[in-house]
Amino acid sequence: MEEEITGTPFEDLPDEAKVGVEEDEVTTFPHLVYKEFLCALAVLILFILLSVFFRAPLEEMADPSLTPNPSKAPWYFVGLQELLVYFDPWIAGVMIPLLIIVGLMLIPYLDTNPDGVEEYTFRKRKLAIITFTVGLALWFILIAIGYYMRGLHWQLYWPWESREMVKNSAEGLRSLPLYGGIVFLSIYFGLGIYLPARLKRGLLEEVGRARYVILMLLFLLMAGVVIKIVLRLTLNVKYILTTPWFNI
Amino acid sequence: MAKFRDWITGTQVWKSIVRHGYPDTRTNRMLTILSNFFLHVHPVTVNERYIRVRHSWCMGGISFLLYIILVVTGILLMFYYRPTIEFAYQDIKDLHFSVAYGDILRNMHRWAGHAMVFTVAAHMAIVFYTGAYKPPREFNWVVGVLLLFLTLFLSFTGYLLPWDQLSYWAVTVGTSMIKAFPLLGSEGPFSRLDGESDIGFLFVGGRTIGQSTLLRFYVLHVAFLPFLISVVMLVHFWRVRKDGKLTKKL
Repeated sequence: MEEEITGTPFEDLPDEAKVGVEEDEVTTFPHLVYKEFLCALAVLILFILLSVFFRAPLEEMADPSLTPNPSKAPWYFVGLQELLVYFDPWIAGVMIPLLIIVGLMLIPYLDTNPDGVEEYTFRKRKLAIITFTVGLALWFILIAIGYYMRGLHWQLYWPWESREMVKNSAEGLRSLPLYGGIVFLSIYFGLGIYLPARLKRGLLEEVGRARYVILMLLFLLMAGVVIKIVLRLTLNVKYILTTPWFNI
Repeated sequence: MAKFRDWITGTQVWKSIVRHGYPDTRTNRMLTILSNFFLHVHPVTVNERYIRVRHSWCMGGISFLLYIILVVTGILLMFYYRPTIEFAYQDIKDLHFSVAYGDILRNMHRWAGHAMVFTVAAHMAIVFYTGAYKPPREFNWVVGVLLLFLTLFLSFTGYLLPWDQLSYWAVTVGTSMIKAFPLLGSEGPFSRLDGESDIGFLFVGGRTIGQSTLLRFYVLHVAFLPFLISVVMLVHFWRVRKDGKLTKKL
């Protein structure tokens, strides 16, 4: 069977047929096409089996007067819903998703490292891989917490706790005063952008000024999400910056 | 048997359809790709390393296959579904309990939809970890992120259509965030607009989710977004070819 599929081996071809052909180059048919075919077959079988044995969820008919507690977004947005605990809706529901999309789109233009193309490597691009993995993990951890651990009134329930038990959210939350918030954010973004360029000689020249600032800004914003979560959980900080128009 | 095969492949009808010989030589294998409309999205030769399953995990291809499954099951579902708050839920119930194979049809559309969100995200992660977005393929990564966004948007608009408690309140949670859009939303910072002229009203077609929302999401889900994502997908596939580097050793 194997011979029939592969036909004349490349090595057995006359030399004049090999001109201009790369060493590990193979014809798409059959080498790639048969893999695609088998893969498609496996996926189709899997989904037919799934559909026969697992019924798609369907609850009672929609009733605008009967709000479930808690109401949850579709699973892929539950991470953003979970962020509502720590941020106002205009940040959790608008700015963060926008920044994620823009940030993802900018990756190829910000990452100037030419190494590690078409290979799995950690050594050649450590910082890029750590950053991306942390972001990806954050997205799925938030989804997992929101989906599996949030109960009545979006309170945190451990798997062994009864979901019937009502929990109180009355905790003494406090915010930084206006000047405190301005100082905190100025230091955070100012030092965050200034220090790495200062400490690592040649970094600015290597990456380019505009690219460096955008890169650090996105980096600090992503880290800022984690910092705000930690500040809220440890020091009960509600807002870092309080203004008459918006709060952060 | 061999004689019969030779006779079949020698007929004028066969030769008019399959325009190459048996693909056991390099030339005929290349012609197999070049002379077939569906196969010619492929390059005629590829680098052996890049087509290993452990390299790409087939995630891009699986995403596309799931999209095809979704188009096929989705069109079939449209024969039974009416996007009105009066009938929508009942039509889904009918699919489960009285339409022949309707149950399987809806289940497959649902599971393939969820799976596609996951496989598109996985495809993105794999492209990142293999550094495949690096020059000259930067722009196709951008197109890919757009496809991820469209996939999420398609899934979200489809989420409302069964019109049950799950879909109604999940979409309520999702759309309530749009009202918080700075400047454009009635509840966002620097808002000058009221609840009946802001971006949330535009999206939902009312102050709360109702008949207009169902119709809007239905049209977005079955016509506008599938058309858009198909066009962007074609650009994505075309650029995979045009940006090159699939054959050359790096």
